[in-house]
Amino acid sequence: MLLEVSNLAIDLAGPAGAQRIVSGGTFALDEGESLGVVGESGSGKTMTALALMGLTPENAHVSGSIRFEGRELVGLREEAMLALRGDRIAMIFQEPMTALNPLHRVGAQVAEPLVLHRGMTKEAAFNRAVQLLDHVRLADPERAARAYPFALSGGERQRAMIAMAIGCSPHLVIADEPTTALDVTVQARILALIDGLRAESGMALMLVSHDLAVVAGHCDRVIVMYAGVIMESGPVEAVLKEPKNPYTRALLEARPQPGASRGRRLKTIPGSPPIHHEIGAGCPFAGRCELTIDICRNTPPPEVRFGADRLSRCHRAREMGRSA
Amino acid sequence: MSARGSSQSRVSFSLWAGAILSLMLLLAAGVSFVWTPYPPAAIDIPHKLASPSLAHWFGTDNLGRDVASQLLAGSRISILVGLVAVGIGLMFGIALGLVASFSGGWIEDAVMRLSDFVFAFPALLSAIMLTSTYGPGVINAIVAIGVFYVPIIAKVTRATANGVLAREYALAARAAGRGPLSIAFDHVLPNIAPALIVQATIQFAGAILSEAALSYLGLGAQPPQASWGRMLAEAQNVLYNAPSLAIYPGGAIALSVLGLNLLGDGLRDALDPKLKARS
Repeated sequence: MLLEVSNLAIDLAGPAGAQRIVSGGTFALDEGESLGVVGESGSGKTMTALALMGLTPENAHVSGSIRFEGRELVGLREEAMLALRGDRIAMIFQEPMTALNPLHRVGAQVAEPLVLHRGMTKEAAFNRAVQLLDHVRLADPERAARAYPFALSGGERQRAMIAMAIGCSPHLVIADEPTTALDVTVQARILALIDGLRAESGMALMLVSHDLAVVAGHCDRVIVMYAGVIMESGPVEAVLKEPKNPYTRALLEARPQPGASRGRRLKTIPGSPPIHHEIGAGCPFAGRCELTIDICRNTPPPEVRFGADRLSRCHRAREMGRSA
Repeated sequence: MSARGSSQSRVSFSLWAGAILSLMLLLAAGVSFVWTPYPPAAIDIPHKLASPSLAHWFGTDNLGRDVASQLLAGSRISILVGLVAVGIGLMFGIALGLVASFSGGWIEDAVMRLSDFVFAFPALLSAIMLTSTYGPGVINAIVAIGVFYVPIIAKVTRATANGVLAREYALAARAAGRGPLSIAFDHVLPNIAPALIVQATIQFAGAILSEAALSYLGLGAQPPQASWGRMLAEAQNVLYNAPSLAIYPGGAIALSVLGLNLLGDGLRDALDPKLKARS
């Protein structure tokens, strides 16, 4: 296993005391595998991704275990973490417009990890950066490398960010909503690029997204998060075809369906996600779920396994697929 | 369209006017090192309180010293005080502000509350206190003024650095494996430089004004050192006989301060288009 996360919990200290924003996070990622992480805003997806990088905000406390290539990352010294970041684990950010420093040339920024981790000279790293920019199929990589970020379009910048991430051939790339800020055609091309890079280098990918379609098309397995809890995990096709958790099912039903009759309203999930202190003893989704029964409100849902690699956190998981 | 055009011409006007006045100040100081019409401290009692003439462009004071020479030589003190006091403020202020911004938590709180504590004393009063405790003189005046620039610069540094650190590229730099020191110098400082440059220019003007005030009170430059503030104080004694003696150094101070403030405003508009849009 490349990455094994178990019982990951993240507490955020605030004026009203610590709040648990991620709890009981357990998942694994094999070499070369791609894992989608889906959920609404505030479900803890990004926080989980940042925890893997050791980049959670100062007021966050991470507990549990994150084992990467056999090494425990929780509680790892900052110097050791610095050596990992950008080298073995890299990250692609959501906003290509702000993720590049406006005052440095694109090439120098793409070259940065190479200088830091490979000990290259600035010139050598810059030349390698031009190759990398070419590799992510940026038109005219020489020009792009010498340009400042403002001169590139959003799609071009995201390609540059990807070039920066893959520079040191990391074993794991975390992409946090890499295409959310881009328009749809550019989105498809960027995702195809990531797929291609993954196929040729065998890197593992953790794709954080709120878009089920994106995850369906580009991931092997998926975890669905809600209010900091993993509600369901398993192979993408199985989970999306036959969800074993009412939250996953509700998400799927809320998508626009091609071929749906005109004038039919989209299904929505009533209410809004709970604020963290509102979660009582029961299931976090109990207040909005169609299948809620009394036990849901006062007992935390159990992990129900379906085969070796499917898991749903729901009291009524076994009934799913029959009743629906 | 027309509103935009006029606002842009106003911007370049304040920048240009400020730059020209500030350059004149620098030039006066530079020239005074190699040439003044007379030695600025040379007393010539027979020609005291002379009116402006070809020999004495701005006349002479009550001891017969050439006013033009004293004005030229006085600009040196003003610039010296401005440079060193602002330098002290920048050196310690940037360091403190960056430490506060990067470490966060109680260190940030401690630095900022300490700054507030220093802020709570009116700067000029405190400078008077410091110079009267440690003795009058230019060096003490400079240190006294500089000390009160440290918290100002520290606050500006911390606030702008926090803004930069919240940007995604700072997080991206950390994700690439960069340590805090290299992020501070490579990502934060270049991005906050405009705000600091503007602040430094305006503080420079304040330093000139403070030095003039301290020297006027006899706590700054000591005779025979020429200083605009001291010239004002001496002119006060003969104000009814020769009011122009007060006007020259007063005008020099006013023009310098005005020039530096215009320069600071112009730079702010030129360097930070967002600030301009907001105001």
